Order: sequence, then C-alpha cells, then structure tokens
Amino acid sequence: MEENKVLTPYDRVQIARMKNRPTVSDYIEALFDDFMELKGDRLGAEDASILGGIALFRGMPVTVIGHRKGRTTEDNIKYNFGMTSPEGYRKAVRLMKQAEKFKRPVITFVDTPGAYPGIEAETNGQSVAIAESIAKTITLKVPVITIITGEGSSGGALAISAGDSVWMLENAVYSILSPEGFAAIVWKDAKRAAEACDIMKITAGELLEYGLIDGIIPEGKQTLSAMRKMLFAELARLSRLSEQALVAERYRKYRHIEGEYAPSL
Amino acid sequence: MSEVFLLKRKKLDSLKKMRDSFSGKEEIMECPKCREKMARQVLAMKKFICPECGHYYAVSARERIELICDTDSFREMDAGLKTRNPIKFPGYRKKLELMRNRTGLEDAVVTGIGKIEGEKVAIGVLDSSFLMGSMGTVVGERITRLAETARRKKLPLVIFSASGGARMQEGLFSLMQMAKTAAAVETFKNTGGLFISVLTNPTTGGVSASFASLGDIMIAEPEALICFAGPRVIQQTIGQELPEGFQRAEFLLEHGMLDMVVKRQDMKSILAKIIRIHSGGKSVK
Ligand SMILES: [Zn+2]
Repeated sequence: MEENKVLTPYDRVQIARMKNRPTVSDYIEALFDDFMELKGDRLGAEDASILGGIALFRGMPVTVIGHRKGRTTEDNIKYNFGMTSPEGYRKAVRLMKQAEKFKRPVITFVDTPGAYPGIEAETNGQSVAIAESIAKTITLKVPVITIITGEGSSGGALAISAGDSVWMLENAVYSILSPEGFAAIVWKDAKRAAEACDIMKITAGELLEYGLIDGIIPEGKQTLSAMRKMLFAELARLSRLSEQALVAERYRKYRHIEGEYAPSL
Repeated sequence: MSEVFLLKRKKLDSLKKMRDSFSGKEEIMECPKCREKMARQVLAMKKFICPECGHYYAVSARERIELICDTDSFREMDAGLKTRNPIKFPGYRKKLELMRNRTGLEDAVVTGIGKIEGEKVAIGVLDSSFLMGSMGTVVGERITRLAETARRKKLPLVIFSASGGARMQEGLFSLMQMAKTAAAVETFKNTGGLFISVLTNPTTGGVSASFASLGDIMIAEPEALICFAGPRVIQQTIGQELPEGFQRAEFLLEHGMLDMVVKRQDMKSILAKIIRIHSGGKSVK
C-alpha cells in the first residue's frame, strides 16, 4: 500500500484479510519464548481454528489463545479459515480456567471472519459455546489482553476478545458482522459491502475515538516492538491490581462501554 | 366455590385489560399454519395458541407478562431509556419512531419486577415485533440493570428471549452488549442467583450467543427456532439440505442444549415450581 494514499474502511478490510498477513503463529514466535501448544477441549474434540498454549513473555508465564488462519490452502482447510466451532471455544475456556489456576495472564489474538456456520457446529451448541467463552473471559480472575490483528467479526471474535485491554493493529477491523453479512441483512444485498464499511465504524481509528478499544498498534517495521512495549506496560499495570479489583474494573469497563453514547431518558 | 369465582373474576379482569390495551380495535389474526382467522382477544384467551392446529403465535412482551406474572403484580423498571444512535445509522431514528408507534414499546425489551404464583422475580421479556427483538444499547442496558437489580434484591431472574440477534444499526456497540449482558448475568449467577432463561421463537445470533444461553436452567417453547447462525446462512455456506427439525427446540433438547421444552400453557406453573425449589429450606423436615 502506498504510504500517502488515504485508506477507506473497505481498503482496510481487504488488507486485514490479505493472505500474506502475519498469523497468530508468527506473533507468538516473535513475541514469546518457549511456546508450547496445548490442544483439545477434553470433551471429545480438537478444533485447530483456535491455537492455544503456554509461553514466557520476558520471563513471565502467560497463556496465549488466538484464532488461527493459514497461508496455504491446505493449512486454511485444516484451520477452517479461522472459523471456530464450539469445540474451539470450549478449548479456549479450558485454557482460560487453567490460566486462572496458575495465575497466568491471558493474551488473546483475534482474527476471524466469524464463528463457523455449519450443521455440526450448530448441533454441538455454537451459541452456548460462544456465550460461555464470553462469560469466562469477562469474569476471569487473571488479566486478559486482547490484540485484534486482522478481522474481528461478530460473536466469533467476541468469544475471546472481551479483555481488560483491547488493542487493534492499524489496519485491523472489528465489527458486529462481516461487511458482507451486514449489507445482506440491512439491504438484502451482500455486494454493498464497501458501502456498509463506510457506516459500520469498524476501523481502529473510529473505534478508539468511541472508546471501544484501548489503543492502536502501528503497522510496519515497528509493529513487533510496539506490541512488546504495549504488552509489557499492560501486564505490569494489570498485574498490580488485586484479583478483586481486576474483575471489578473489567466489569465496570463493559458496564459503561458506551461512554457518552449510553442510552438515556 | 367463591374462590373459583374470584379466580375467574381475576382472569376476566386481566383479559379485559389486555383487550383494552388494543384500544378497542378488533384485530383479526390469521394462523400462518392452518389459515384459521380469529379475533386477537379470543386468541389471547387461548394464550396465543391456535385452537385449530396448535400453532404458537408470537407473543408481545406485554402479553407475555400478562401470561406469566400474577395479575397486577408487574412493575416496569427503566422505562423511557432511549438509544443515542451511536453510529448515526442513516434512517435509524425514523425507523425507531415507526416501531414505537406500531408496537407501543420504546425498544425491544420490557423489564421489571413481578410475581409468579406469589414468588417475586426480576423478569425481562424481549419482543420480536420491535426490530426483530434485536439487541442494541437499550436492550443491553435494561437486561444488565435487571440482572443487577436481581442481584441487589436477591431475586430469581427470568428472561424470555425472542430475538434475531444483535442490532445492526448500532454497530460494534451492539456486539459490546453481548459482553455487557454476559458479564451481568454471570456475576449475578456467581453470587448465588438463579437465572432461568426461556427461549422462544426465534432466539438467534447475538442474543442466543450471550445472556440467553447462560441460564442455570434452560427452557424453550415447543418448536422455537434457536441458533447462532440462521438456517439460510448455513444452507448458503455449505450448500446442503438441513436435517429435519434442525435448530428447533426439540432438536436442541435431544442434543443436550436445553433442560426442558415447556408448553405455553404450563410455563407459569413450571417457572413457579423451579423458583420454589430454589427458595426452599436447606434441611430436611
Ligand atoms: Zn392454526
């Protein structure tokens, strides 16, 4: 992308979806030491669209959970293009509970076009799995830091994105639904996605202005160092809080997330 | 005998009130299943179940409260809350005005305190006739306040859902309501509260994937559509025929997602029974 060109929200959607964009595995490799993947929901399945595990961040044990996309078609089929099924969310909940037990902060990486809309996913309780994952994230007794790295679409993203501190990459998007889905619902025409992007307010800049996210990580050579700096500062800040204060603070954050746009009489 | 008479009298009164709320107009309803035509008042007496074929009509929030709460026991809370149209969605304010005039509701939910067979409860009812019962900032705020009131007053929490999901017109603010309501009901549950979630037709998307699926006890009305992704979206994605009864209450019950499917005429007494079991003594007598 040219530096001086003003990007439209739809341009950013395209960038966020680019095949060669770094994936959760790249971020894990660059930011953490000794990462070990932990698999399975212990209820009968392993969903590779969620990557989870434990690692060290500057010597501090952390749990990492993220949506996984691949760069090759083969990988993408394995990871279901980052579209998670109930089993993946249940794995995430299992790893969050484990993090709570060992008092490890949780760092989540969000990059999903949405939860998987399939027969099996619905049969196995997609709604319940997402709801329980949101509920677990939002009441967790250890810090949760979220980075939206690509597309953060719908409940499938929110399942692991309701952190204490939520950051977006400069060109990431975060939305109620994919722009195509939004256009299909609002105008019964998925082709009006670009137009939808203009009114949805999905870019990092717009969402920071609304106070719905806490910060933006610039893209380019400085991305990783900015991520490291943010993680270090936020982990230090959140680790100072007592368990009780942390949970109460997170409750307050989402309780009043609308800021000046809270409904009124 | 006099007791029976009194009961009947009460019932008549409540029916009268229901009728009055339709401003005296005789609204004729046609059953979408068997095409039987019937006055709305008559249908109300049948709990909005078609006497010909058993079809469940959609029930408005106010009518549902009449069906579930003891006569005159319901006190509404947080009435008058209005959205600030956070993403300035074109035409949204106009649409809301239209919906308000059409339904007499301010948004897609009614919340308050009422009694079910004498048991005091915090009760919320979503209304699918108001923008598909979708959840934006007002629905999220009222559900959250309801759960917080239930926590403060140590009341059981009962929510009847009927929703197409998150409200598109409020963008990411609507997604945030999933987090906010989930936090509120989960915190209520963690402090010992009883949350009974009743899913009615339809409960989908952002509502089904947040507070509505977090009940200690999960109940649905017969044949209610309950899902995250709607049948059409799934069909488009996978290009396959969907199984018989897929995403209906009975299907979910069979797959372990619900505690029970309860007929509309039994709902009130089942709710009362559950609440009584949870409020009873902790030792054998
Ligand atoms: Zn009928």
